[in-house]
Amino acid sequence: MSSDLVMYEEEFQQIDEELQRLFQQANAKVVFLVDKNGQLIASAGDTHDIDTTSLASLTAGNIAATGGIARLLGEKEFTILFHEGEKDNIHISLIGQRVILVVIFDKRSSLGLVRLRVKKASETLVRIFNELTNKSDREKSEGKTEDSPFAEISDEDIDNLFK
Amino acid sequence: MSFINYSSREINCKIVYYGPGLCGKTTNLQYIYKKTNPEQKGKLISLATETERTLFFDFLPLALGDIKGFKVRFHLYTVPGQIFYAASRKLILKGVDGVVFVADSQIERMEANIESLDDLRINIAEQGYELDKLPYSVQFNKRDLSNVAPVDSMNKLLNPRNMPWFEATAPTGSGVFETLKNVAKQVLIELKKHY
Repeated sequence: MSSDLVMYEEEFQQIDEELQRLFQQANAKVVFLVDKNGQLIASAGDTHDIDTTSLASLTAGNIAATGGIARLLGEKEFTILFHEGEKDNIHISLIGQRVILVVIFDKRSSLGLVRLRVKKASETLVRIFNELTNKSDREKSEGKTEDSPFAEISDEDIDNLFK
Repeated sequence: MSFINYSSREINCKIVYYGPGLCGKTTNLQYIYKKTNPEQKGKLISLATETERTLFFDFLPLALGDIKGFKVRFHLYTVPGQIFYAASRKLILKGVDGVVFVADSQIERMEANIESLDDLRINIAEQGYELDKLPYSVQFNKRDLSNVAPVDSMNKLLNPRNMPWFEATAPTGSGVFETLKNVAKQVLIELKKHY
């Protein structure tokens, strides 16, 4: 069973910085990082007009469907998807088998530039996510972390969610 | 596979509604969408055919509230029920934290229910999970119809582990939130075991 994704402040900062860097260097409109299961992890750029939750879920669905096609063809995975629109384009890439990097850009940038910058950012992000996995495994094996929201969760807390 | 974010103090979990074609999975989500406060829900996304049959999935993000200062969000998904969408169904189960099996109570749909349950078990196993270890609720839907099977026999047939089950009529909402609440609770209790 694959383990849960746990995000800590320190790694989140690093990811955020990397996304900001990519956003600027690739001249992008928006940059997203999405978990393979459709959860939005972080974003950079102007996300006000975008339904980021839906975008994350659909992107993951897209990657999942493409992965299904890949396996039918005997490929392990298609790691890059590119959709071209009239104004905006979207570049989707799978990073370290685990997270999906999404870059939305228009004519102020180019596919070549985006690909180049994405490649560079991917290397950094893979490293951060490896650290993250190690850290969460470590904390898990050491027992519950102090500020775990589950440490003292009661039935009442859960019931209160549904009032 | 839930996503626990200590940075933004959020917990995200994924619940999948499974069941045979036309059993009412999408109707469950539509009712939940209709009855939830605007600030608690995102868009209901349906990837459906022109005849409103689910093609890939429906998706509804729900923000339920806080636990110990953490925002608790559930992402609800449905699978396409029709048999020939088997490949898509598998994909949607990726990273699932809890499953609701929606059974069609009409006598003539019992075989379809059994087939769908077998399909669920196989697909879950392919993801490396075990259905018997996952948070899981069963919903006997369409109880308002006249040709329904008795709950006892459906329970024997479709719920041998005697997991929590609910009678429902999804269009009117009867049993819909009871089912969701139960599976969500199981998911959170499961998380509590691990963290």
